[in-house]
Amino acid sequence: MKRRKVTIDGNEAAAYVAYRTNEVIAIYPITPSSPMGEWADAWASEGVKNIWGTVPVVQEMQSEGGAAGAVHGALQTGALTTTFTASQGLLLMVPNMFKIAGELTPTVFHISARTVATHALSIFGDHSDVMAARTTGWAMLASNSVQEVMDFALIAEAATLEARVPFVHFFDGFRTSHEVMKIEELTEDDIRSMIDDEMVFAHRSRALSPEHPVLRGSAQNPDVFFQARETCNPFYTACPGIVQKAMDKFASLVGRQYRLFDYFGASDAERVIVVMGSGAETVQETVEFLAKKGEKVGMLKVRLFRPFSVADFIKGLPASVKAIAALDRTKEPGTIGEPLYQDVVTALSESLSEGSLLMGQMPRVIGGRFGLSSKEFTPAMVVRVFAELKKPQPKNHFTIGIVDDVTHTSLDYDRNFSIEPSTVLRGLFYGLGADGTVSANKNSIKIIGEETDNYAQGYFVYDSKKSGSITVSHLRFGPDPIHSTYLIDSANFVACHQFVFLERYDMLKYAIPGATFLLNSPYGQEDVWDHLPVEAQRQIIEKKLKFYVVDAVKVAKETGMGGRINTIMQTCFFAVAGVLSREEAIAQIKNSIKKTYGSKGDAVVQKNYEAVDKTLANLFEVKVPSVAASQLRMHPPVPEEAPEFVHRVTALIIASQGDDLPVSAMPCDGTFPTGTAQWERRNIALEIPEWDPDVCIQCAKCAMVCPHATIRVKVYDSRDLVGAPASFKSTDYKGPEFPGMKLTYQVAPEDCTGCGLCVYVCPAKNKKEVRLKAINMVPQPAIREREAQNYQFFLNLPEYDRRLVRVGTIKGSQVLQPLFEYSGACSGCGETPYLKLISQMFGDRMLVANATGCSSIYGGNLPTTPYAQDKQGRGPAWSNSLFEDNAEFGLGFRLTIDKQTEQASELLKKLSPAIGENLVKEILGCPQKDEAEIYQQRQRVREVKSRLEKIASPEAKNLLSLADFLVKKSVWIVGGDGWAYDIGYGGLDHVLAAGRNVNILVLDTEVYSNTGGQASKSTPRAAVAKFAAGGKGTPKKDLGLHAMSYGSVYVAQVAMGSSDLQTVKAFAEAEAYDGPSLIIAYSHCIAHGINMTAAMDNQKAAVNSGHWSLYRYNPELVREGKNPLQLDYKKPKIKIEEYAYMETRYKMLTKSNPEAAKHLIDLAQKDADERWRLYEQLAAMDYSHIPGAVKSS
Amino acid sequence: MYLTTTYMGLKLKNPLVPSACGPLSRDLGKIRAMEDAGASAIVMYSLFEEEILHESKELDYYLTHGTESFAEALTYYHGNYEFRDPEIYLQYLSDAKQAVDIPVIGSLNGISVGGWVDWAKKMEQTGVDALELNVYYIPTDPDLSGVEVEQMYLDVLKAVKQSVKIPVAIKLGPYFSSMANMAKRLAKAGADGLVLYNRFYQPDLDIEQLEVVPNLVLSTQQEMRLPMRWIAILYGRVDCSMAATSGIHTAEDVLKMLMAGADVTMVCSALLKHGVGRISEIIKGMLQWMEIHEYESVNQMKGSMSQKACAQPAAFERANYMKALRSYV
Repeated sequence: MKRRKVTIDGNEAAAYVAYRTNEVIAIYPITPSSPMGEWADAWASEGVKNIWGTVPVVQEMQSEGGAAGAVHGALQTGALTTTFTASQGLLLMVPNMFKIAGELTPTVFHISARTVATHALSIFGDHSDVMAARTTGWAMLASNSVQEVMDFALIAEAATLEARVPFVHFFDGFRTSHEVMKIEELTEDDIRSMIDDEMVFAHRSRALSPEHPVLRGSAQNPDVFFQARETCNPFYTACPGIVQKAMDKFASLVGRQYRLFDYFGASDAERVIVVMGSGAETVQETVEFLAKKGEKVGMLKVRLFRPFSVADFIKGLPASVKAIAALDRTKEPGTIGEPLYQDVVTALSESLSEGSLLMGQMPRVIGGRFGLSSKEFTPAMVVRVFAELKKPQPKNHFTIGIVDDVTHTSLDYDRNFSIEPSTVLRGLFYGLGADGTVSANKNSIKIIGEETDNYAQGYFVYDSKKSGSITVSHLRFGPDPIHSTYLIDSANFVACHQFVFLERYDMLKYAIPGATFLLNSPYGQEDVWDHLPVEAQRQIIEKKLKFYVVDAVKVAKETGMGGRINTIMQTCFFAVAGVLSREEAIAQIKNSIKKTYGSKGDAVVQKNYEAVDKTLANLFEVKVPSVAASQLRMHPPVPEEAPEFVHRVTALIIASQGDDLPVSAMPCDGTFPTGTAQWERRNIALEIPEWDPDVCIQCAKCAMVCPHATIRVKVYDSRDLVGAPASFKSTDYKGPEFPGMKLTYQVAPEDCTGCGLCVYVCPAKNKKEVRLKAINMVPQPAIREREAQNYQFFLNLPEYDRRLVRVGTIKGSQVLQPLFEYSGACSGCGETPYLKLISQMFGDRMLVANATGCSSIYGGNLPTTPYAQDKQGRGPAWSNSLFEDNAEFGLGFRLTIDKQTEQASELLKKLSPAIGENLVKEILGCPQKDEAEIYQQRQRVREVKSRLEKIASPEAKNLLSLADFLVKKSVWIVGGDGWAYDIGYGGLDHVLAAGRNVNILVLDTEVYSNTGGQASKSTPRAAVAKFAAGGKGTPKKDLGLHAMSYGSVYVAQVAMGSSDLQTVKAFAEAEAYDGPSLIIAYSHCIAHGINMTAAMDNQKAAVNSGHWSLYRYNPELVREGKNPLQLDYKKPKIKIEEYAYMETRYKMLTKSNPEAAKHLIDLAQKDADERWRLYEQLAAMDYSHIPGAVKSS
Repeated sequence: MYLTTTYMGLKLKNPLVPSACGPLSRDLGKIRAMEDAGASAIVMYSLFEEEILHESKELDYYLTHGTESFAEALTYYHGNYEFRDPEIYLQYLSDAKQAVDIPVIGSLNGISVGGWVDWAKKMEQTGVDALELNVYYIPTDPDLSGVEVEQMYLDVLKAVKQSVKIPVAIKLGPYFSSMANMAKRLAKAGADGLVLYNRFYQPDLDIEQLEVVPNLVLSTQQEMRLPMRWIAILYGRVDCSMAATSGIHTAEDVLKMLMAGADVTMVCSALLKHGVGRISEIIKGMLQWMEIHEYESVNQMKGSMSQKACAQPAAFERANYMKALRSYV
């Protein structure tokens, strides 16, 4: 049978089979498994049917725990059910997995295996998650490649039905889940043939039904539990045989034969590596290379890890084997060895003692760890492991791929060793996230994979920034199947899609001699050479690179492509790489454009066609001079004045050299210095704002909305201007707040992302030319150096005394130093202005518990953190626990603070005679309500500490370690709506009810932004989101109303773009409230599909339409006989659709399904009308008759 | 009394046709209501090619903006999104045609000859009875001559005429150096009807916010003078139908236009202001007037006060302006 060749990634391959073989699918987003759920949801919304001709039900849940519960329930009632997850998500499913297995229920969970967070979170791939689930009694089947993902998904689905043992089908996160590969697609007939309907009926017959009722899920006592637990044994005994039978059947249908343990290599191998996951592909490739050279090496791929079939394992090994290395992609500190190693040793040892070991004597077995968090695993490392196996005393419990200079576990290896065949075209493409490089490369893979006989592989590396991020695409094309599951480090094609990268990244070190180098350059073939850094020049000459330039930006501009140079660079690649003839390549590109963009409208197709047509005329080969004489040098990653740690560690990570850092360089407990984003200076803005003091009305709105703290305000004495650079701008302060002072608004030119929010909100207009404001966007390069000097001078101006500032005002708050700066959030981010604001208002005494999500990524993803310190070294202390537990995590902060403050106060009283009674009285009596009081308290605590130093009692020592708690601390629990409305809602609710003094800030983007825009319970009705592809049909949860129902929680809903003053007031009141506070902050988001520059208009419209209510609910007011609810917005004055259709998330439905759009927007209008009616009534209630307090705790 | 008239070969029961502008034709219920109120045909709201191009590009931009940049969020929307605006518009035309018995006229505003032709063909396939080319063009380029602008109109018209079989009207603005000549050339180029005139919305300045703001105002009766004059001048001189539009609010306005020489009169602002029931009021008013003044049919009055037919032909020419001016002094 002819099967279609498709180029897809592992997630799509798994979802393809899972969707067709199930009836109920419960989903929840988590990287890197989210796309599986997204595919399922999208197919269901398109009406794609499963093999029984019906559309599966796809249900998004509130957490992975919820998904597992729903799966369990659906299975119990007889539906074929599946889910997809990874990492912490899988751990949340573990309790249900025990139950599902205990009840012998067939199902397959498809897992893109990802690192479990320990000292740090990591989204990348290893087996720590699936290994943590290995005690649940689930079968575990490992896929090593995209093809295997599709094949094993089906084999698992078939086997589970017969075995009644549930299956974890896992493959490596990112390396396999996101690798794009040309594979053979299974047909519906293949799937149909593998699934036995009799088994499906059997599953249904076991279902709960009142027609034939049973009880399942009993509680058992010591008398019978044990015996009952052993009843499952026959099923586990039979399971491997059933899997092999399914594999054999699959082979007879499709032709690809798999075994429980697949051996590759020399039949007389003496050294064998046992491994599973994508690393097995690299081992296989290396073994074949070595075996061809006559080396007696082999490898055993573990397919079915659980139930572990000892007999099949032993059978899989050649009798000649003398030494075995079991490689684990996980780490279990404190164990004898990692799981696979332990199984291998146990299997061999058992067989030896039973006399069934073919090799007669026990081979030497060593275990090693590799590839944690997608760390590279290359043939060089495989060769090194084989070399170790040759040694008489090989190192056991080794690591490979890192330098462990602490406990010396690592094997060093030859980093230059490569086995890449010359028949494979290996291309490296450096692009900017926004320029379309990755999508162009995905397109090229499709063209080559699907239109030629070549095999194709694509893997994409992204950095951890959300704005100005670099992407590196690794593409392989060749006549044979590709097993190279590692990055390209010997490329015969290198493309640099952004000229500025040359000063930051040494990409040509990966080019092999004679390779082709394609550069997108604003300089033509005649003068580009002189603009290259000397490092690039040297390598071009020494490696005799063929060098081409194209001005893709110019072509993009001329053809209406904007900033996207994807089609242009793709055309250049095909033109110079020689995979296809130019004519054929262009025809295929156009064909692909039609396929890709046809559904987006003819205009989009035409502009891409035009870009293709205009490209070749702008592509030139550069005549390479013989001498590298450039005066330009690559820029150092951090400036000279950066601190030691930043130079030693952070700088290498910034320069993409983090792989070179040894174990000793890394903190042992995940603790990092703050204030490091200031050293990164990413220079990503093409345009930055320039201040015009003559037009400025000094409102500080620009600084207020700046998401990156790159436009700042300082008020200072005129004497401080001594030594100012000539171009430094300063003006007299106009208002009554700071009489006689000077004022400067200064832009950080190398940190600004150029979002333009500040210019957009600036209310001042130039009277001579109204398009100009008090700040205006100007090209950055021309003023970069000048403004960098000005900014440096600005930073050195003294900070205004916090005691003299009215913190709860716009102007006051903006004079304070931001202690959240230069984050890598999206350019124009709607969340970060709020974080910056709280860092200004309370940053020097603030602790942040941050839920996993966007704010934890731009807050805490290496290399740097935006959380900063003031001149006294104070600033936010930050941590992230998990996604689901953040409210509880933050409550824990508060519990410590409350307890330790209490303990310190007790000790203070006890030591009062020694410390001084007056001082103790002052400390204990200080309410610390404002900055001045906090300042005084700090002075007192300092004094106490100095006195305690001189007291030699254990209690004094104890108090010394607790004394800092005597200064008021501000606990902030920060997260997005996915956390607050969904996965963390139970905890959040509990913390609100607990009555402790915590401040909860919900950065509400109305979707799971960090994982790519999946619907949450905050997603408004009528908006399209992933998992709500047809528009969300149910209304947004009113979280604030839930919280208000306690009567003891301060609740505010804010939208900075609608009322910045209300935002500041709410923050000040929430922090001052001695109890739980909840602030729900409207955060516009790139996921809304909006003009981010004008996003404050969207916020305004959200409020004006009644979609977003502005209010403050302050329980304190009840004491005064006042209504606690104060509405800060007026009756809606525009229709919901007037707001909604400013945003693609709503508008797109009108383009694809206008009837549904109309229906949903009408309902959304009703939601808004009703909400207003309710709030209006609540706010009008008379509280004058209610005496006394309602405050909790 | 006969109210029937013929417009571009279409036999209409009366000369009252709701024009393309306005939101009324965006709702099938309202279209039916207009038919029930007595409208003799309906011009559908315009398809703006530029808007479709812009929307598709804008959506493509926002759907791809920020994608493939960050490992956890490689997209923000699922890729299988379809831009169905054109299809939706054409389906709506077809639905409108099915919904009423009166002729339905499709209205089109293109930006390129290719676009005009493609869309005209697609609109014809929906079953509409005629097309109206809504040429909305403000020539701001100082290097573009009037001759070139005029040629553009003629090229578009010819191209569309060659590609469709149904009648084609062209809706114009008044800004031509020689209106009569332009009208004649358009008729010669194949126009089945001239729709006079397009009202161009004029922006306003907000001197508080220092912004240029769109200023959408409904037409006033004063505005009918301009098309009435030109219809009166052109009547009998150009070989095609003429539709009067702008400022027609009452039965008297319709009667005036007919007497000037219009075959149909198009109403919009009056319906927005007073509701679709205004159509029946106007018809009733016409009938009353005709009865009182003993007119038998619309055809009887059509062009009866055109420049050719009236007693003071010069009144339509420049002298009239001079006289009016003096009367104010």
